[in-house]
Order: sequence, then C-alpha cells, then structure tokens
Amino acid sequence: MTHTVIWTIAIITVLGLVLALVLYLVAKKFKVEEDPRIDEVEKVMPGANCGGCGFAGCRAFAEAAVKAPNLDNNFCPVGGNDVMAQVAAILGYEVKAKAPQVAVVRCNGTCEARPRVNEYDGFASCAVKAALYAGDTGCAFGCLGCGDCAAACQFGALSMDSATGLPVVDETKCTACGACVKACPKKIIELRPKGPRGMREFVSCVNKDKGPVAKKACQSACIGCGLCAKTCTHEAITVEGNLAWIDPAKCKLCRECEAVCPTGAIHGVNFPKPLDKDAVKARIAERKKKAAEAAKEAAHE
Amino acid sequence: MSKHTFAIGGVHPHDNKLARDSRIEILPPAPTMYISVAQHLGAPAQPVVAVGDKVKVGQVLAGPGGFVSAYVHSPVSGTVKSIGPRPDLAGRPVPHIEIAVEGDEWMEDIDTSDNLVTDLPADNAAIIEKIHKAGVVGLGGATFPTHIKLSPPPGSKCERIIINGCECEPYLTSDYRVLLEKGEQVAVGAALIAQVMGNVPCTIAIEENKPEAIAHMREVVAKLGYKNIEVMELKMRYPQGSEKQLIDAVMHRQVRSGGLPISVGAVVQNVGTALAVYEAVQKNKPLIDNTITVTGKCFPKQVNLQVRVGTPFSYIIDSLGGMPEDAVKVISGGPMMGKAIANLDASTLKGTSALLFLTEKETRRAPESACIRCGKCADACPMGLEPFLLQKLSRIADTEALEANAAQDCIECGCCLYSCPAHIPLLDIIRTGKGLALGAIRARAAAAKAAAEAAKSSVIPSEAKESKK
Amino acid sequence: MSKLLVSPSPHIHSKDSTRSLMLDVVIALLPAVLCSFVFYGWREILVMAVSVCSCLLLEWAITRFLLKKPSTLCDLSAVVTGILLGLNLPYTTPWWVVFVGAVVAIGVAKMTFGGLGQNIWNPALVGRVFLLVSFPTYMTTWSQPQGLFGVDAVTGPTPLGAINEGLMQGATVQDIMAQNGYDYGQMLFANLGGSAGEVCAIALLLGFVYLCVRRVIKPWITLSIFATVALTALIFWGVNPARFTGPVFNLLTGGLILGACFMATDYVTSPMSLWGGVVFGVGIGFLTMMIRYFGSYPEGVSFAILIMNSFVPLLNRAFHQKKFGR
Repeated sequence: MTHTVIWTIAIITVLGLVLALVLYLVAKKFKVEEDPRIDEVEKVMPGANCGGCGFAGCRAFAEAAVKAPNLDNNFCPVGGNDVMAQVAAILGYEVKAKAPQVAVVRCNGTCEARPRVNEYDGFASCAVKAALYAGDTGCAFGCLGCGDCAAACQFGALSMDSATGLPVVDETKCTACGACVKACPKKIIELRPKGPRGMREFVSCVNKDKGPVAKKACQSACIGCGLCAKTCTHEAITVEGNLAWIDPAKCKLCRECEAVCPTGAIHGVNFPKPLDKDAVKARIAERKKKAAEAAKEAAHE
Repeated sequence: MSKHTFAIGGVHPHDNKLARDSRIEILPPAPTMYISVAQHLGAPAQPVVAVGDKVKVGQVLAGPGGFVSAYVHSPVSGTVKSIGPRPDLAGRPVPHIEIAVEGDEWMEDIDTSDNLVTDLPADNAAIIEKIHKAGVVGLGGATFPTHIKLSPPPGSKCERIIINGCECEPYLTSDYRVLLEKGEQVAVGAALIAQVMGNVPCTIAIEENKPEAIAHMREVVAKLGYKNIEVMELKMRYPQGSEKQLIDAVMHRQVRSGGLPISVGAVVQNVGTALAVYEAVQKNKPLIDNTITVTGKCFPKQVNLQVRVGTPFSYIIDSLGGMPEDAVKVISGGPMMGKAIANLDASTLKGTSALLFLTEKETRRAPESACIRCGKCADACPMGLEPFLLQKLSRIADTEALEANAAQDCIECGCCLYSCPAHIPLLDIIRTGKGLALGAIRARAAAAKAAAEAAKSSVIPSEAKESKK
Repeated sequence: MSKLLVSPSPHIHSKDSTRSLMLDVVIALLPAVLCSFVFYGWREILVMAVSVCSCLLLEWAITRFLLKKPSTLCDLSAVVTGILLGLNLPYTTPWWVVFVGAVVAIGVAKMTFGGLGQNIWNPALVGRVFLLVSFPTYMTTWSQPQGLFGVDAVTGPTPLGAINEGLMQGATVQDIMAQNGYDYGQMLFANLGGSAGEVCAIALLLGFVYLCVRRVIKPWITLSIFATVALTALIFWGVNPARFTGPVFNLLTGGLILGACFMATDYVTSPMSLWGGVVFGVGIGFLTMMIRYFGSYPEGVSFAILIMNSFVPLLNRAFHQKKFGR
C-alpha cells in the first residue's frame, strides 16, 4: 500500500519536472521579442476588436500605432480622444483631437411615406436583396430594411424600428466605428460630427432621381429643389445630382433649411425646442425683404 | 447505348412542359418598344441613333461599347422617341431606346422569305463578322456575345460543337418548339458553327422527355446530309443544360475550375443561338426577335410566342388576357434560374426565354428552420460543392475558407435551395460568398498582372541601356 | 392583383421538408413498433407512450420557457427520438425511468446543444446509455416475450448476455448456444429477450429498405457496419470458435440492426460524405465487436455509435465529396 503511494508520488513528481523543463525550453526557444509598448497600448484600448480603426483588432491597432512615426493616420473611433491621449502618452507622440462622430441614417422613407410596390421573399439580408433588385419600394436608393447594419453593430447601438422599417441609432451607444457604414449596401449611413450638445442638421435622404420621380416613390425624399441651398446663409449646403448635402463643418445650426424643405427631408436632432417653422420662415422673409430694400437702395445710389 | 448524363448531383423537378403542344405564334410589336442597350454580357452598347431619327427593322440602334459587347438592332420601324434610363425588370435604371412603331418596314438586305438557304459561305472570317454585325448573343441564359465564343483564343483547339437543346428548366418549351418547327434552320446554323470552328463534329443534345424533337432532328440531319452532326439523347436531369454539365454529359470531360469550355475542346451553343446564327449568316437578319414560352399552371393560355426584342412584359400579358388572379410571381425565364420580375413595364431582352406565372402556393418560401445536416444539398450540387458549409462561411464572410471550398465554382443552379428540407435560403447566402471568393481571386490576378507589368517596365529600361551600348 | 413577389432564384422547391423526412422515419419505425407491441403487450405500449409523450412535452417546454423560441414540435424530430428511446428500453422499464431517459435525451443531449441539428450525440442513445449506467437493474432485467395476450413473463438474459455470462464461467460458445437453444431463424423473426426494438430483425430491415427506397437515407453507413461486424466476427470466430461468437449470431443479436439502420444513420450525428459515412460505419462495427468480445458489457452498439458520433465533425472535415473538374 505504502509502496503504491510512494511510487505514485514519485512518478508524478518526476513527470511534472520533466514536462516543466520541456515547457521552459520550448518557451525559451520560441520566444518572440516584442515591443513591450504594444502590450501597454493594448491595455488602454477599448478591447472591442470592432475594426473601426481599419485594423483587424485592438492588438493589430496597437502594433501599427507603435510602428508608425506618428498618430496622424491611426485613430480609435471607439475610444475617442481620451484613449488616444493615453496612447499618445505611452508612445510619446502628439495627438490631434477629433470631433466625436455618430452614425446618421440618411433615409426617412417610412412605410407611410414610401409605399411598398412589391414583396421581397428571399433571405432577409440587405446585401442579398440589393444584389437582386432595386428594392421593394419605388425608391432605388433608400433603406432596404433588412437590418444588415443592426446585425453589424457590435455595440447594440442600431436597431430596426418595425413601425417605420428603418434603423434607429442609439447615440449613447454609438461609437462611430463605421461597421454599419460598411455593411449598408445602399450607402445610406454616414458618420457625421456629433455637434454641440448633439445638435446637428442633415439631409435624411440619398435619392438621386429627378424631383418628380423621387417624390412619386417617396413623399419625404429630397427632390433636389435647392431651396435649402438658396436659403442657407453659411454656404453649407450643396446640391449635386438632385440631392442636397449639408457640410457639418460650415453648418451653424440655424435650422432655416429644415424649415423651408418642402418634403421634410432635412432633419435636425437634439435641439432643445421643436422647430417653429412659421417663425423661421417669417425671419427668412424679413431678411430677404431687408436685403431687397438694401439692394434697391444700392441701385438708387 | 445507355443515355448520357453528367456525373455529380442534380435534381429531378417535375418538368411541367405545359406549352409543349402549342405552335409558335407571332406576336405583333407593341405600339411603343423599349430596347435596352445592355442585353448582353459585357459593356453596354453605345446608341448610334438620335431622338427623332426614323429607323427601319434591322437597323443598328447601338454599337458595341467594348470588346465584350454586341450590336443592338431595331426590332421595329418607327421614330426614336427618347434615349435614357428606364427601370429594367429588377427596377434598376438602364439606358433604353424608345421607339414609336410606324408600319413594318424592313432593311432592304434582309431576306424575309421562308425558303431554306443551305449553301454555306466558305469564308469563315466573313461568317463571324456577319454574326458579330447581327448582334447574336448566347440565348441559353448568359447572353455572351457569340462572335467572341466562336473566336477561341490562340493555342486552344475546338474538338466538338454541342448544340444545347436540353431545356432542362421546368415549364420552358421554346427550344423544343424551335427544334420541331425550325429544325432545318437550327441544323444549318449548327453546320455553320461547326464549319467556323474548323469542320469539327457537332452534337445536338436533347433530353429524353422530348422524343419528338429527337426523332425530328435525326430526320432533318439525315435529310440535309450532315455527316458531322449527330443527335444525342440525354437523361432528364437538372441542370443538364448548364454548359459544364452538358460537356460532361456529352464528352465525359470536366472543365476545370475557372476554365473555359474550350480548354477541354468544347464549344456549347444554344438551339436559339444556332437559329440566330442561321438567320444572321444566311438571311442577313440580325437578332431582333426570339421565342418565348408564356406559361404557368394558373395562366389560362399556354403559348410559345415569337416576340420582337423590346416588347414590354405588360403588353405581352395584356395581349394574352391579363394577369391571372392567383399569380403572385412573374418570372422571366425558368423556375430554377429565372429572374423574378419586379417591374412589369420592363421589356424583353434578347436572352428572355419565358414568362412564367406562379401562384402563392407554388413559389412562396417556407420559413427557414434549423439545418439537420442531412447532406441533401451536397448530394444535389452538380459541382460537387458543400452548400451547407458554404452558407456558413458566407454568413461569417470567411473569404479564405470560401475560396478553399470552391465557392467560386458555384453555378447558381439552385439545386441546393430546391432540395433543402429545412428551407434554408442556401443559394441566396452562397451568392454573396461566391462574390467574395471571386473578388479575392480577381484582386489577386490584378495584383499579379500589375506586378508582372512593373517587372516588365523595369526590365525595358535596362534593355534600352544595353542596346545603347 | 396583389403585390408581386420577388425573390432570388430558384422559385420552386422540392416537396421535402424536415417534417416529411421525420415522418418517413416514423413510418419506417412503425413495423418494429407494432412488432414490439404484439410481442410484449400493453406494458410495451405504456413504455412507448410515456417515451414519446415525455419527449414531446420536454421539447415543447424547453423551447417555450427556456429558449423562448418558436415551437419545433411540428418537425416531428422529438417523436422520432421518443420512438427510438422506447425501442431501446426493455418493456419492463418503469414509467418514471422512461421519463428520466427522455429528460436526458431531449433536455441534455439535444436542447443543451441548441436543439435539432446542433447535437453531437444521438439523443435517444444518450438517454439509453444514461439509463443503462444509472439503472442497470431495470435495464438488464430482460424478459422473454410474453405476447400481447400472453400470461407469464419469463425472466432471462439476452443471447449476448447469456454468452457473456457463460464465457465468464468458463463455458464454450457452443455449449451456451446449445444450452439456451438459440437458432438463427428465431433470431430473425423475434422471440428473444432484449430491448423492445431488438425483437424483430425483419421488421427493422423492412423499415430500413423503406427509408432507402424513399431516399431519406443512403445505405452506405448501415451496410459498412454490417460488413465490418461480419468480417470482424468471421476472423475471431475462425481463430477460436469456442471463445468467440460467429458472424451471423453477431449480426442478428442485440441492438445491432436497430442501431445500424436507425441510430447510426441519424442525419445530425452522422457524416455527410460517402466515404466519411463508410469510415464511420467501419468504426461503429469494429468498436461494437471489440466491446462485445472484450468489454464488460455484453452489448456495445450504443457505445460504439456514441463514440463514433464524437468523430463526426472530424470526419466531415477529412472527407469531402469529389468536386467537379478538380
């Protein structure tokens, strides 16, 4: 009995020692020399491995950041400026602060505004549907409603609204990693600066059809009338290919474009007060009147 | 002799050839025709007419827009009303030429008589030029320009022409009717193609469910005295009419992955294409009409129509009594590979083979359930792929594994989805995976080409230096 | 006119569905089930009823309350599991033991892995083996068939059990066979002790032929099991007929036919390719014979199938079907 116990203990001890030795030698032989800063950088990363930075994951980003001469081309959209400041501190680089961004869905073709003209019966994926045909509404540009973007979002920031058939962005969760932008075959989702206190104006449509065609397919489509561009006093709006676009860098959030848009394609979000269209229109009219008077006077002189 | 068929997979859907006994009728052109400039594989054709021009039947409307491209001719006489984008059957805007029909005035050099011209011209280059100028494209589905297919790359040798009369898609009967009613023309067309490819033997392959066509074609070939043409009876099995499967069935040779049929010495042409070649070469008639089966269990009439290219679907349907009440899906082509029509105002193309009406019960997909790993998809796949695996890889977009498992070889025949007892939309998903795999292969090829060119350009200066010395 | 339906091709579908395939399996099992009813009487009907009902109940309850998914009862896979479990138990099994078997089969072996299509091991077999290990008394108290209207239940060992016992006591195979009066005709048409499903080989083979004719399963796995069992037995029997039983005896006894025809061919837990299936079958046949000859359990089919089930992912990786033009 005691023999068995002793033998067992002895064999296991020897076995353990031999294996430990083997492991030690293998670890020694195959050790990969790595910059210790990679580990340090990886530690401060968010660890979501979302690929929003353009690298395969947080470790890949850390490796690239350590190798790069500066941080100009490497930015973690999820961690934002805080994380980048820490990374910069570790690596001794300077970092330029970037305005925080958020995903914006540029389609407001709800079920009422954009009636379905046929029924899709294939695999519920926007990619498959987009490869097959123009879509189940008259608008060949708008949201297909199968939720590829919501499936691509790792942060649970996107969800499909069953009432409108459109995706909804939860701004508190959105990290602007850009996964949804890549997933959308119709290129509807855009990353835009969050804006002061989250306030921003954008054209919620990507339809490039001529006005009447767009309007027929969807009541709230941008018809490219250019009224917004004419009204804007900050030259923030450009109309190209029957579609308006607001440059967030120039927009002063005066909401005049939103008030004059005949189809309601321009959306303003997170403003403290709801838009009083009549008041804004009156303000524009007064300004125009004054401008006209000024022009008249100038002509007189 | 045992009947031939291909080696791997395949399914046996009910053939439902409802319109097999209906003679080909001629449908007069619609008052306004819309002719697409993208009716073929490759670059869209470039319009050569202007708004307001008067055109005749057979006049060139658009010229080729690239090397792989084809002429488009006017199927009617009248005035060009507009040239611009118009939604195709999938609702996507495609440039169309709109013609208001006035009378039926044909180009003078077209032989509109019915007499059979059996004397084959001797000059092969002239034949190919005629085929090119007539805008003939493959009518089996892919609409690849025929003149390119008949000009094989140097170094490759054609050993056999296969005229594809399988028509393995259920419901379709247009090729069958063409064989029965225009068998002589098809045989002459086949002889022309065989001559162009270097007097090679030619096989007209027909499935066993069309015994009348087999007997008729044997008779015709014997009567016309073509020694190099044989008619082969094949087993009934889908997708026999697929190019690679047909070559396997007839010649027992398998085209390698990514290879062309010519690499195993085969050139496959559809029955309709052979007819178009005959008309182009012997009659000077460009490809302006084709035979379309209009059918469906819910459709009151079962007809085979000779329709001018560019006729709106809605016009065809209205002239046959309108949409049936219980039809929910209209398909351009057969039920296995045809395209569901989203826009009935779209018009027919050169490659349109059928207009099929299906009811809710026949076509609505059952909800997807869990894969039970029965392997029926793998048994059905004629390319020997494993759809259950490919769909999993496609869902996670694993390009490398997709390529390793030959997703790029998928011919999109639909056998996997057809046979899946769990109703998993296998093909829908695998198509995206195939796209990924093909994209990776093309990117690699492009990179290799660029590298080779870079190497070449770096070699040339050094050579130049040497020559200076 | 309603809105047009648009979908990618193909636009038609074969008549096969999971439900129709499972229904075919149920139909194929019916002769064996009826035979067991006739031979074992109302107690077997009770075992079968408890087994099928508890499998259905558990599947419903788990999908409804734990997974919160739509019910999967309609695909009939739980019915198949229930019948197979019922056929794998002696008719004397108390109802609560049958229920425990169903809990293990559906709850542990099937639903824990994610339900139909995700399980690694055949649920009914996991249930049976669990019972075999946990309640050996109930599971090895075999009785001679007493008939639907029979009178006395005669308790006795299965042929395999008798051989195992006898060999341990030093007797030769020939002696034991003669002692018990086994003959092959009787084995083929029933009347030997064992699990309910082991009772009538002809009924099981009838079901197997039906499945092959309906193209629900392919015969390769089953045939390779039979061939391996016969070959292995032939070799050992040829070497020492006193110690080892012969090929015909091994083919006809125990759960081999039930296992090879209905358990090893289960879609989910068998390889998909032809050669993978053959290797799978050879493995099952060989392991069965090894357990029968050298193991402490008299019967090894269940263990052999479960062991080979574990290798299925590997076999699926190793064996692919031939690709066109490659």
